[in-house]
Amino acid sequence: MMVLIVGAGRVGSAVAKSSLAAGHTVSVLDEDPLSHERLDAGQAGQDISWEEAGGRFTVGTAIEIDALVAAGVEEADVFIAATRGDNTNILVAQVAKKRYGVERVIVRVLDPARSDWYAKQGLHTVCAVKLGIQMFEDAVAQNGSV
Amino acid sequence: MYVVIVGGGKVGLNLARELIRKRQEVTLVEGHRSAYLKIEQELEHAVQYGDGTELWVLERAGIARADLVVAVTGDDEDNILICQVAKEKYLCERIIARCNNPRNLTHFKLLGIQPAVSATDLILNLIEHEVPGHGLVHLLDLPDEKLEIIEVEVTEGAPAVGRTVADVELPDGSLIISVLPRGGGGFVPKGDTVINIGDEVLVVLDPGLEEDITSQFAPNGAGG
Repeated sequence: MMVLIVGAGRVGSAVAKSSLAAGHTVSVLDEDPLSHERLDAGQAGQDISWEEAGGRFTVGTAIEIDALVAAGVEEADVFIAATRGDNTNILVAQVAKKRYGVERVIVRVLDPARSDWYAKQGLHTVCAVKLGIQMFEDAVAQNGSV
Repeated sequence: MYVVIVGGGKVGLNLARELIRKRQEVTLVEGHRSAYLKIEQELEHAVQYGDGTELWVLERAGIARADLVVAVTGDDEDNILICQVAKEKYLCERIIARCNNPRNLTHFKLLGIQPAVSATDLILNLIEHEVPGHGLVHLLDLPDEKLEIIEVEVTEGAPAVGRTVADVELPDGSLIISVLPRGGGGFVPKGDTVINIGDEVLVVLDPGLEEDITSQFAPNGAGG
């Protein structure tokens, strides 16, 4: 499977590395060339780079069509939008889905309200904030019962 | 009419001012605190502070009863999403979006965010109209009606040179509506009007036929 990940932050780079380790073809797009270092760090076999490990990396802005194409959106089976910007993620996810027909599109959305609404519109959203709130609430409830 | 404007920069603030002057009800949403505080001194209750891409901020601004939502922030992705939820979640009938980078217009179109206004494109169109030597100029685009009017300058070696209007080989769905000779003075052509080098030809056409038309009048692209 070809996995395209937009945004090589903590989330994007971790998913990129685990996807590569799982045997998928992985391409990462990020506007910051330095974010590449996050992909290099902790490669199996230590001193080898992301590319040597078999990964692809493209420097470019997520909402630029040219950058998405260079990163391989046309061949992608899975598209993960994981930049730090909700609005960028929601937009590029819809571009991947509607313009390039990528089969599985997963979007990181921090805002719980819009995560819910876009999920209803058919986007596969992942909302870490919602999970965090739930964990806090569960922890509060547990402590209260002690 | 109730108008919600998101983005209190030069465009948004001046729009709000003008609409209020025309006695329309307006709420302006601005997400930067310092800009908000400044605007608030002038517009008072007509401006609200918050990130206009968040649903609760839009709801507080009364998006559900808005007749028109205008998204004019400096970020295209924000403008697209504001208009998308206005249209699809809050069923607002009329939206207007600002497109900051014309290369993003394709995203606006893909998601049905129309009209999208690009100042760069507007000015570029004016420049192309004013500066001679740019082969083809879009005079009018009516995407809903699927109709365009273009102006093209006839260049040396073009197949149409020396031919009459009736004899120029144009694709179906296009029609010559005027031939403006180099010396000036426009007129409605007749079938036997002869086309010369340097003439400006106005053609009405279905969108997408531009290349078939420039190949007849200006096969080498720009005339200059």
